[in-house]
Amino acid sequence: MSGRLTRRLGRGLVRGLPLLWLVLFFLVPFVVTLKISFSSPATAQPPYLPVIDWQGGLEGWSEFLQALDFQNYHMIAGDALYRDAALSSLGYAALATAILALIGTPTAYAMARASARWQPILVALVIVPFWTSFLIRIYAWIAVLKPEGLLNGALLKLGLIAGPLPLLDSSVGVLIGLTYAYLPFMVLPLYAVMSRLDPALLEAAADLGAGRARAFATVTLPLALPGLAAGALLCFIPMVGEFIIPDLLGGSDTLMLGRVLWSEFFSNRDWPLASAVAVLLLILIVVPVVLFREAELRREEAAEGRGR
Amino acid sequence: MHAPTPLPAAPLLRIERITKRFAAHTAVDGVSLDLAQGEIVCLLGPSGCGKSTLLRLVAGFEAPDAGTIRLDGADLTALPPHRRPVNMMFQSYALFPHMRVAANIGYGLKGLGLSRREAAERVAGLVKLVRLEGFEARKPDTLSGGQRQRVALARALAREPKILLLDEPLGALDRTLREETQGELRAIQRRLGTSFVVVTHDPEEAMALADRIGVMERGRLVQIGPARDLYERPASRFVAGLLGDVNLIEGRLGPAEPGGLRTVETALGPIRASGEGAAGAAVVVAVRPERLSLGAAAGLPGTLVEATFLGDRIRSRIAMADGSVLRASAALPAPGPVPAVGAAVTVAIPPDSARILPA
Amino acid sequence: MSPFARSALTLALAFLYAPILVLIVYSFNDSKLVTVWGGFSTRWYAILFADGPLLAAALVSLKVALLSAAIAGVLGTLAALALDRHGRFFGRGAYTGLLYAPMVMPEVITGLSLLLLFVGIGLDRGIATIVIAHATFATGFVAVVVGARLKSLDRSLEEAAADLGAAPLRVFLGITLPLIAPSVVAGFLLAFTLSLDDLVIASFVSGPGATTLPMRLYSQVRLGVNPEINAASTLMIALVGLVVLAASWLTARRGQGG
Repeated sequence: MSGRLTRRLGRGLVRGLPLLWLVLFFLVPFVVTLKISFSSPATAQPPYLPVIDWQGGLEGWSEFLQALDFQNYHMIAGDALYRDAALSSLGYAALATAILALIGTPTAYAMARASARWQPILVALVIVPFWTSFLIRIYAWIAVLKPEGLLNGALLKLGLIAGPLPLLDSSVGVLIGLTYAYLPFMVLPLYAVMSRLDPALLEAAADLGAGRARAFATVTLPLALPGLAAGALLCFIPMVGEFIIPDLLGGSDTLMLGRVLWSEFFSNRDWPLASAVAVLLLILIVVPVVLFREAELRREEAAEGRGR
Repeated sequence: MHAPTPLPAAPLLRIERITKRFAAHTAVDGVSLDLAQGEIVCLLGPSGCGKSTLLRLVAGFEAPDAGTIRLDGADLTALPPHRRPVNMMFQSYALFPHMRVAANIGYGLKGLGLSRREAAERVAGLVKLVRLEGFEARKPDTLSGGQRQRVALARALAREPKILLLDEPLGALDRTLREETQGELRAIQRRLGTSFVVVTHDPEEAMALADRIGVMERGRLVQIGPARDLYERPASRFVAGLLGDVNLIEGRLGPAEPGGLRTVETALGPIRASGEGAAGAAVVVAVRPERLSLGAAAGLPGTLVEATFLGDRIRSRIAMADGSVLRASAALPAPGPVPAVGAAVTVAIPPDSARILPA
Repeated sequence: MSPFARSALTLALAFLYAPILVLIVYSFNDSKLVTVWGGFSTRWYAILFADGPLLAAALVSLKVALLSAAIAGVLGTLAALALDRHGRFFGRGAYTGLLYAPMVMPEVITGLSLLLLFVGIGLDRGIATIVIAHATFATGFVAVVVGARLKSLDRSLEEAAADLGAAPLRVFLGITLPLIAPSVVAGFLLAFTLSLDDLVIASFVSGPGATTLPMRLYSQVRLGVNPEINAASTLMIALVGLVVLAASWLTARRGQGG
């Protein structure tokens, strides 16, 4: 039937068009990156070897495959720079995520407990900075964190410090930048969960003798855990690969994988090594995502089991 | 109340052994149903019994796993919803929020080959039919619940469907409006001669609207017939309980007798009732509360434990000798004096009002 | 609200807005030094509007943002429809993963791998490659925004249209699309700002002659605080502020006119 045919054609188009685009411009590039991570750098255009010889037939392919090796990965494994960069990327991301959880939880709680009139305004206030340029927001911190900047100036005037603190070009600057840039990503999922909690639950806890702190710790927090987990993942993953923040606010010794990848690519023009770093970064990110998905699935299964 | 509708040789709609499964759950289980021209059939049952799914199968929103749906002899089963000459009035009304009342009502007229003027006339006629003159340019969210219901009705009637499917058409209205609208709906149906299939969970609504009521239970059509038949001669305890309050007395069926009546041995003693079954089978005797007569000279002994004056009737509860409680309802003025609570009474069960049902 | 929660909220908001306010205030500083207030001046704005390369970069950014947001708007809406309407089709999980992964993928990876693809297939780098890259990572965001609206859409509206004789295409164009239109516009705006904002991916995939505004700003920012950049930032913040205000005003009006 022609009607059924157009229907299937329409469905195929709706589903297939985005699929085609994403496979072509997201999935295939990863395969290319993986391939190039096994290549060697060269002073050529493109600056890596081997290049597939499309005319070479089967022989050309086998030559191509033989020229691939693990040299870049040996280099990454052997050089302390990359190991340190990987560890410090994870470290910065984990520490910033913890700080975000500490700041974000009371913030989201306060938003969820605000009056119905105020809640949309507060949500908008948290989102609006996200709509302004990331680069500009990080740049704005330079003026605040500089040795002769506003924060040091204020602290000096208050007599809290004797000399300017090294806030800019340091790990403190990177942590402040990470916390600042990703705060909305932590607050919003938490708020989404907390605002849906029935206020009667807290009233019931109060009725049963729990103080505000105990009600928060025993009722709100456990129920908000899914939001906290989602927020943590949403912040942690991009932070591991962050480039702009360590570049602008970190010191020359601030090592993060995103920055290493950038300099291998732009400064050293070592594309194969940059690709290998990208693969390493991807592996570092995939692990927590998989762990999170597993935990989520287990929780869902447990919830379903209870439901029956 | 309703004269039995003479069935024409070929029904307008014929549903044959239709089945619909969702994963492991069978929503509609081998239902067959005929609908005559101009007839109103109400599908009645608790939520989840499959009545809405049956309606959606007829409309074409669900594809059946087995069975056929024929309209005027033509097979509809494989047609998509927009090619079926039936229309539906949705429970939520599903009025298009971005269109005005007139555009909502006229939405289905496109593709019918009407000229612009004819379409406008058709819309005007429908607006008049549902008494919404002056509201044509309003958006749905500025209308009251009753007005929205009438827009939904007019919109569903615009294509002059052979069958109108109504999913809980009055469910969103308050009680007084509902009773008023029931009458209106019947009047419109009689004027247009359109056949209706109405889904409802409200037995009163079904009795007020339907020529025939089809009772559904767990995906099956368990009994279909005029309201009075179902009320007085239910096929099961489920149907008996669905259509109104009923006393159920358990017992064992005696041997067949000439004359149709049988004796059921119960804890209250032998009760004469009508119905069928194998001798010795476990059965229940179903009696409506208003059929019990209290204080009759001959009857089962009991104690009046509650008597409530309800304006047009008195509802009472009688504790019987075996500890069970029977409910009775007597119209006012009651024959004789109202016995006081605690008084000993006798309860008579008229054999022609007592039905024998499978336990 | 407890005093603790209230002060946490106040501090968090101050944390979010203080640097931006500093930036705006110092864009009107006559002095070139950040720490010294040299009096009110708009001279940095004058310098900004005479900065040819910066303005050219802004134009490139606008072009890229418009084109990539248009592509992402279409692809994201289609993907949201597929996920919402096609039920449990084969490979649905992989489809969802592929759609949402670009949203969290570090930009350095997306940028590098796309560049390697473009070089591998011999595509000349320029505005077109940036548009492709931005459309790729913005599609998921559009799909999320549109998907949320589709989820809350009463399905019986579309069934009613089909019941009244409308073929699937007419149902989509006449009922579904007008009802999800606000979310499609919101998704488009999100994709637009994400594109305007991106530095890292654009740096990888751009070629000579295609310098976007963030790339231009970055090359100057690396040299330290610069009042001209403050002025440019202030203008961008004002623009975004206006868009957000207009959007909330529109939604508020919609809410009232019931």
